[in-house]
Amino acid sequence: MSHLDINVRQKKFADKVVLQEAHLTVAQGEVVSLIGASGCGKSTLLRIVSGLEHDYRGEVRLDGTVLSGVSRDIGFIFQEPRLFPWLSVADNISFDIGKVGHDDARVSELLAEVGLSGFGKALPKQLSGGQAQRVAIARGLYTHPKVLLLDEPFSAVDAFTRIRLQDLLANIAKVHGITILLVTHDVDEAVFLSDRVVVIGNQPGTVVADIKIELPKPRERETQALLAQRSIVFDALHSVHVV
Amino acid sequence: MTDSLTLQKVEGVRPSSPTWRRFLSGWTGGKTDRALRGLLLPVLLLVLLEVAAGSGWVEARLLPPPSEIAATLWQLAQNDLWAHIGASLARVGVGFFIGAVLGVVAAVLVGLSRTFEDLIDPTFQALRNVPSLAWVPLLLLWFGIDETPKITMIALGAFFPVYLNVVCGIQNVDRKLIEVGEIHGLGKYELARRILLPASLPSVFTGLRTALGLAWMFLVAAELIAASKGLGYLLSDGRETSRPDIVIAAIFLIALLGKLSDSVLAAVEVRSLYWRDTLQTRKRRRV
Repeated sequence: MSHLDINVRQKKFADKVVLQEAHLTVAQGEVVSLIGASGCGKSTLLRIVSGLEHDYRGEVRLDGTVLSGVSRDIGFIFQEPRLFPWLSVADNISFDIGKVGHDDARVSELLAEVGLSGFGKALPKQLSGGQAQRVAIARGLYTHPKVLLLDEPFSAVDAFTRIRLQDLLANIAKVHGITILLVTHDVDEAVFLSDRVVVIGNQPGTVVADIKIELPKPRERETQALLAQRSIVFDALHSVHVV
Repeated sequence: MTDSLTLQKVEGVRPSSPTWRRFLSGWTGGKTDRALRGLLLPVLLLVLLEVAAGSGWVEARLLPPPSEIAATLWQLAQNDLWAHIGASLARVGVGFFIGAVLGVVAAVLVGLSRTFEDLIDPTFQALRNVPSLAWVPLLLLWFGIDETPKITMIALGAFFPVYLNVVCGIQNVDRKLIEVGEIHGLGKYELARRILLPASLPSVFTGLRTALGLAWMFLVAAELIAASKGLGYLLSDGRETSRPDIVIAAIFLIALLGKLSDSVLAAVEVRSLYWRDTLQTRKRRRV
């Protein structure tokens, strides 16, 4: 029995088929990147796993149980931080439980983990883009999810911030042993962070390549081994005409 | 050399500019300065009116000078002015409260449920076009001439701006924030309480402030027609007894009370919306 078992037979938007026979299994603690052309349905696949999309044929199983709708076992980080501007950083992080009975110790622990200790009382408008995304990550981790889904989480920040956020995510994966499914457009990011890079083909979207990145972690950036993996992924993308 | 010269020049601009310039230029004034700036126009107007009446440019019989109006106000204050003000304030307060609460409730229902929207929104959109005065005969027929028709009318006036603004606010809440709520498994009621209402709070306040202004308008309309107390009654009493000073005094009081009640609401608004990242909150930080 696999940990996360995704079987999407078909997903349509109006009359357009966006996903067709997309099957993917992910092991406990594995980091998997989904990569592919814009509009190939990889974000849709992520939303199906999260429970935000209901209207599809197929099923998603977590530890053998079929998921119906959203679940506390699955955290979701969006492309934008999507913090609630009227809540403090601490209240945003503990949004799941609400203002009553929220766990201050858990919030401080998460703030420390994402490198924002002491920011609990700040308002979202006082944060930079990178800081806001760190808060969003802490909010996604608040419920101790087994799976963390990230939809192009670092595409809206500058290059330096992106590198630091990638390091943060690599560390979270290591410390929590959490399963991570990451949608990205950035081949370097996919190769640096993942155990597997899954290429989604276009129209309709389906898995066309599944590349194992068998390099020890923590990884160094810009090593020969990493660059070799990168060109393998690029070749796969070429073969499905993404690049 | 040139650089340091220009630098000195630039630094020198503010301290050396005359006081009246600093007073008028928007950004340098403190809180008191800004309040004083707001008083500039009314004070100038009063002085002008006083001079105009004193020198015979206008007929004091039709446009009494401010000093005479002040005397009238003083005289009224010795008699039943406070009862008039109290009656008007109570009517506006009760009517505004009822209208605003119903407006928010109806807007939340319509904002949350398409069924409700289809059922009641078209009717409200039609009714909001009916001018306040059109309701008067009907309300008098239904409720007689005591407090009920007046309060109903004010509530009616307050209802529509609140309803319209809150519906608009809820319908414009960012779908992305709603999705965060869905990810956390919020039901419809929780979604309304924790996301839709806080996110549309700016529109709620826009609606409330418009509604308060209309409540004062509807108050006067109601009191002009049938009342034995209140500022609107004072207006019609002044006309019937050919006392322009009383009419102007009542107008002045309505403007003053309207402004004061709006300032209270505006202060609550600023306190409640401190989290916003807008031009207004930035201005407040500078002041």
